[in-house]
This record gives sequence, C-alpha cells and structure tokens, in this order.
Amino acid sequence: MTFILTEDQEMLRDTAVNFTRDELPVKHLRALRDAGKNGVDPEARQKLAELGFFGVLIPEEYDGVEMSMTAFGQVMEAQGRTLASTPLLQTACIGASAILMGGTEAQKKEWLPKIAAGEVTTALALDETSHHNPAGVATEAERDGQGYTLNGAKKYVQDGHHADMFIVVARTFGEAGDSHGLTLFLVPRDAKGLTVQALNTVDSHGAAHLTLDGVHVDDSHVLGAADKGMDILEPVLDRGRIALAAEMLGSSLAAFEMTHEYMQTRKQFGQLIGSFQALQHRAAKMFTELELTTSCIAAALSAVDSQRNDIAELASLAKARASETVHLVSNETVQLHGGIGMTDDHDSGFYMKRARVQEALLGSASFHRDRYAKLNGY
Amino acid sequence: MPFDAPSDPDAFREKVRGWLEENCPESMRTPMPEDEVVWGGRREKFKNPDSKVWLERMANEGWTAPTWPKEYGGGGLTREQAKILEQEMARIGARTPLFSFGLWMFGPALIEFGNEEQKKRFLPDIVHGRTRWCQGYSEPGAGSDLAGLQTKCEDKGDHYLINGQKVWTSYANEADWIFCLVRTDNTVKHEGISFILFDMESEGVETRPIKLISGSSPFCETFFSDVKVPKDQLVGEVNGGWKIAKRLLQHERSSISASGFGSTRGTGMLELEEYAKIHVGTDGDGKLLDGDLRGRIADHQMYAKAFNLTVQRSQQQAKAGQEVGHTASIIKYAAAKMNQDKHELMVEALGTEGLGWEGEGFDRGAKMVTRGWLRSKGNSIEGGTSEINLNVVSKRVLGLRDHQ
Repeated sequence: MTFILTEDQEMLRDTAVNFTRDELPVKHLRALRDAGKNGVDPEARQKLAELGFFGVLIPEEYDGVEMSMTAFGQVMEAQGRTLASTPLLQTACIGASAILMGGTEAQKKEWLPKIAAGEVTTALALDETSHHNPAGVATEAERDGQGYTLNGAKKYVQDGHHADMFIVVARTFGEAGDSHGLTLFLVPRDAKGLTVQALNTVDSHGAAHLTLDGVHVDDSHVLGAADKGMDILEPVLDRGRIALAAEMLGSSLAAFEMTHEYMQTRKQFGQLIGSFQALQHRAAKMFTELELTTSCIAAALSAVDSQRNDIAELASLAKARASETVHLVSNETVQLHGGIGMTDDHDSGFYMKRARVQEALLGSASFHRDRYAKLNGY
Repeated sequence: MPFDAPSDPDAFREKVRGWLEENCPESMRTPMPEDEVVWGGRREKFKNPDSKVWLERMANEGWTAPTWPKEYGGGGLTREQAKILEQEMARIGARTPLFSFGLWMFGPALIEFGNEEQKKRFLPDIVHGRTRWCQGYSEPGAGSDLAGLQTKCEDKGDHYLINGQKVWTSYANEADWIFCLVRTDNTVKHEGISFILFDMESEGVETRPIKLISGSSPFCETFFSDVKVPKDQLVGEVNGGWKIAKRLLQHERSSISASGFGSTRGTGMLELEEYAKIHVGTDGDGKLLDGDLRGRIADHQMYAKAFNLTVQRSQQQAKAGQEVGHTASIIKYAAAKMNQDKHELMVEALGTEGLGWEGEGFDRGAKMVTRGWLRSKGNSIEGGTSEINLNVVSKRVLGLRDHQ
C-alpha cells in the first residue's frame, strides 16, 4: 500500500487541478445551469480528450495513456474540487474498465480507442429503484436467435442524458435479488425501442431514466460471459466507487477551504468568526475527518494498482467515509457561512446539492456499511 | 547465540520464525491475563515464571526495543525488520514481553536529547526491564496548561533540590525512577522548565494512589520534599526541558496511537464483533440480528480502519521526508474517540453481561470490558485533552487566531 504519489502522478494532478480551476470552475457549472444545458458540455469534453484524461486507464495498445488508478484518482479529485460536470467517471473509469475486463479483443479494439479519444461516451444502466442494488436487476434479456431482446426500465442513469452508448445490465437467468444470472450489454443510444428521459437533477449535472421496450442486441454486443455479469460488474463498480470517492474528497476539500477562508475574513462582535472556539473546534473536527478520508481513498486507489485482494472492502470504506465526510462538510459549509450560504448567488449550495448526488450514486454510506459488515463476517 | 539479522526480508522472516519457535515458551503463546503483564523493575514478581525467561531471551536480542541502537542494548533493526518481528510474534500469539514507559516514551527522548553517559547508564536497564520508569508531568495546577507547572528545582551547587507535587503520575507507587518536569526559572513560562531524572527511593519522595471510577488505581499523587538529585541527572540544558517534554508527548501520543490505547489482542478479551455475535445473535447468513447495532459497529470499524491507514500514511510520509505535522496532530484526538466508541459498543453488545463489577456470575473477559470502558473515559483527558488537541489543530494547523 503506497500513500506517496510518483512524479508522473503529481504532474497529472497539477495539470488536472489547474485545468478545472481555470476552465471548469463552479461559475462554469452555474452558467451551464442558467443556460439550461443540464450539465452537458461538448467543448469541455473535447478539452478533456486533448489532455488525455479519457485514456488514463486505457493501455497504450488501444491508444490510451496507460497510467494507474491512483493517477485517475487525482483527475477525479480535481474535478470534484470545482464540481465539474464531465463524463470521466462513467466513460473513462466505468465504461473503459468494463470493456477492458469483460470485452473480447474485437470489442476492445472497436471501443477503447474511441473512448480514449473522447469520441464515444458511455453510461452504466444498472439500478432500477431509487436505491443502488446491483443484484436487484429485473430487466429481462431473452434469447432471440442472433442475440437478445431487452425489456425493462433503468432509473437515474448518470450521464444517461448524453451518453453515446449504454452498458445495460439485464437478467438472463434467475430472478431479481440473485447475484447470478446477470449479463452486460452494449446498447447504442439510437437503438430501436430505447427511450431516454432526460432528468433535471438537484446538482445541475442531469441524468436520465431509460425504458427498454423490445430492444434487440446482437451477440457481438454482449460484454463478457452470459449469466456471469456480476464477475465483471463487481470489480468495475468498485473502481467506480473508488473514483467517485476521490471526486467527493475533492469536493469536501474545496468546500472546507472555502469555509476556512470565510472564517478568517468574516467579522462579528468585532472579531473574526474563526477566533470563536465553538467554530474552531468544528473546523478542527472537519479537518480530522478529511485526513482520515484522504487515507482511505489513497489506500483504495493503491489497492487497485497493486491488485490486492481487499479492493472490495477498501472500496466500501472509501465510498462510505467519503459520503459521510462530504455530507458533514457541505452542511457545515452552509451553516458557517450563515445567511449568505442560503443564497443561490453563493457556491455553498452547489456543493451541498452535488454532495447528495455523490452520496447516493453507486451505493450510499448505509449500503457500504452493510457491505463492509458482510465482508467482515457479521 | 547472538542473532545475526539477514538483510533480505524473507530470510530475516524465516530466521525470526525459527528463533521464536525455539525460544518462545508455550505459555507465552496464550492470551495474557492482566495480572501476568510484565512491567519490570525492582518490584517485578513474574507471577508466571515463563514470562521471566521470555523477557530475558527477548531482551538479550534487544527485541524489547527492536529499533534502538545495539550499543544501548537495542535490537538495531530497521523499521521493516521490526514490523516483521511484530508480525511473526502476532502469528504465534506471542505475548508482549515487557510493558514499559521507558520503552515507549522516555527511551526515545533520551536517545535524542541525552548525553552519551546518560544513554549508556539508563537505556540497557530499560531494554532488560530492570528499571521501571514513571512520568512526572501533570500537577494539581497544571493539567491542560502543562507549562504552568510549579515543582521547584533549585541549584544547590553540588546537587539540585526539588520541592513540589505531581498528580496523575502513572504507576508512581510501583516505579523505580521518574523522569520529571521541574521549574528552574519562575520568571518565564516555557523557557523556565528543565527535564530531570531521579530515583523514587530518594529521601523525600512520597506517593499516594488515586482510585478511579474503573476501580483500579493506575495513577498517583506524588510529593517531593527536599529531594536531593545529583547534577548529572538533568537531561539537556537547564531551562531547556520544554522541547524534550513536547517531543516525549509526541512519543506518548504515537505509542498511544500505535496501540490504539491498547489492543485487545492477547488479553483474553474478544473483538467487538465477536461479543456482538455471541450476545446479540446472528441469522442464517451470519448477520447480526440487531440491524441498528450492526450498522454502528460497522461504522466504528470503518473509522478504526481509516485511523490505521492514516497512521500508515503518516509514517510513509515521514519516511519520504514530507511534512507530517498536519496528519500527526489529529492522531491523538481520533485515537481517543475510536477507543471510547469501541468500548461503548462493547458494553452495549454485551448487554447485562457487560454490567458486572466483580465476583462470580460474570465472564472474566466481560468484566475486563466493563473496567476498560470506564478506563477509556480517561483517553480524552490524559496526554492532552481532546479539547486541547482540537485547539492545537485550530491554531497551529488551520492558523485560526485568538480574539484580537
């Protein structure tokens, strides 16, 4: 387990931090919202591709830059800092990992170079209720000769409102609740029978509900072995959870820094509010949580890179701790800013709204506590 | 035969494993009842004779202080080797041969600040458990405000003369020697403090145990009236003791954190989730029946894991030459919270079984949990209260200022 960044990783971090600060600040998200863009930003996508961010986890033979999960975590942390709405989590992490782990050579050759170039974005269509529950998939996939026919519905698909291709998880065997019997399908956005309902979400990033009504998928678009989708899905989800946790750490740090700054400028009773011990201790407690969470995320990223056998445990640890930390810090950010924190003009609200979405995606703190307990035998 | 440590980690591990196999007595591989803990010193009785043999064998290798230099009786091992030794001991459930404030706190500070003669004189006796040390820091009027201490130390030409009172002196009534903070200049605060060592059998030293809510008396009030101390027992410069005191507190806080206020391993107590499984019960899948308690146990264990990872991160950063003050500053605060939460949850998981005090009718381990829970309340008070720790983070790390 290593907690120290290499020189390359530090360089990537600096590039990413500077890029999101200069090109995708919170002001930018606000502008997208006010222009009714629902978090969709083709220009930013192009710039991310030019910087190579889509290819961090993709091997060179498929035109990626082949770095590491720890490196990717630095990019995610940077985008979390400014709440940037990008397709990186879904496409560069979840989509690329799913194809790398489950794809045939032909699928890898077809899709990975396009992902690395930012030409194709993907979205994982998994959950069907308002809570994350991978085994709960009920969407059916029935054999139909040269492939499968998919029927069902997916809820709150992150990036679903603009992704070019969906990775749809459907059931080829058993019933909702079984871990066995799931299969992954690559479904293009324009597939017949697929309806995408764009959602306006509280964080201004958007999402979509999907309806699959007799969608036909060729055998060439099955990702991995039939019925054994969970073998790919679990490790892919864990990578996604860890990357999302890194993003959440970035958001928590930025919200904390903003609050820390305010404590040292705002005066009441003729004193800086940061000189009141009641507030000092709240800041110190937040700092403690941030330090603990930083360690969990670094450990989880590093565990993926060294292919340790406790990735699942560390992924749940990272996601749960990041959820609790971003929840605490975003709430305290509003409270410690006082009245101005309640106004739309101020950024506090953006952090709190985005925090709740981050918390819910890929399993809440409660989901991961339950999973952590299971993994530890109680 | 002296152990020659191979530099290759695997070879070292193999050799350690063989050595332990041969030298660790069978009874030293069983959980340690509290009354068999070895603290060393003149009064040590070695209730279990094997623990004497075990201590001697380990001390002869310097492995009670694995990373100390060999010239002072230590093992001369690298951190990695010491880790391997620790892992191999854990593998066979070997008991810690010696508990000692000398090992955990005073020794490391003396290695850094003592002169050659002092190191040669005091360190080997610590390694071998021949001298038991106690810490003379807090006073009735100097708790959180430690630098306000008043115990007077006067230069009488050929010796120092000490008068005053300490409180919360851990095991002062059982210790042989004390490392003590004294005031050598009362016109300044931090710059008027010195660090001095003396024998607890010196004339004019008196100790009185303080009984705690847990029923035990690990702390004393300690009185000094006209205690004469030879001049070569002052460590560092006269009036230069505060720097040593602070460093020693760091060792105290890091030894507290390394042990997380004492692990349950080897004490006969079970882990939190084991108690919960036994006393709350599980369903067919092995899941705890009380879902609410299960969630809170998981939450605690994740906090504990995050804490351990943070200690590791801080160590790696220190090794890589990075600034670690920020991370270290939260360790004591987090360790106290973690240990208190653990004990609260253990008592809750035990139910009424966790509410025994003494005598028959309660499991021995459960009674230790109950006492441990009461004792853990001190974790956020001793070695700097949690409030003082939060002040330190606010002021030194976050740069938040006092009222102007």
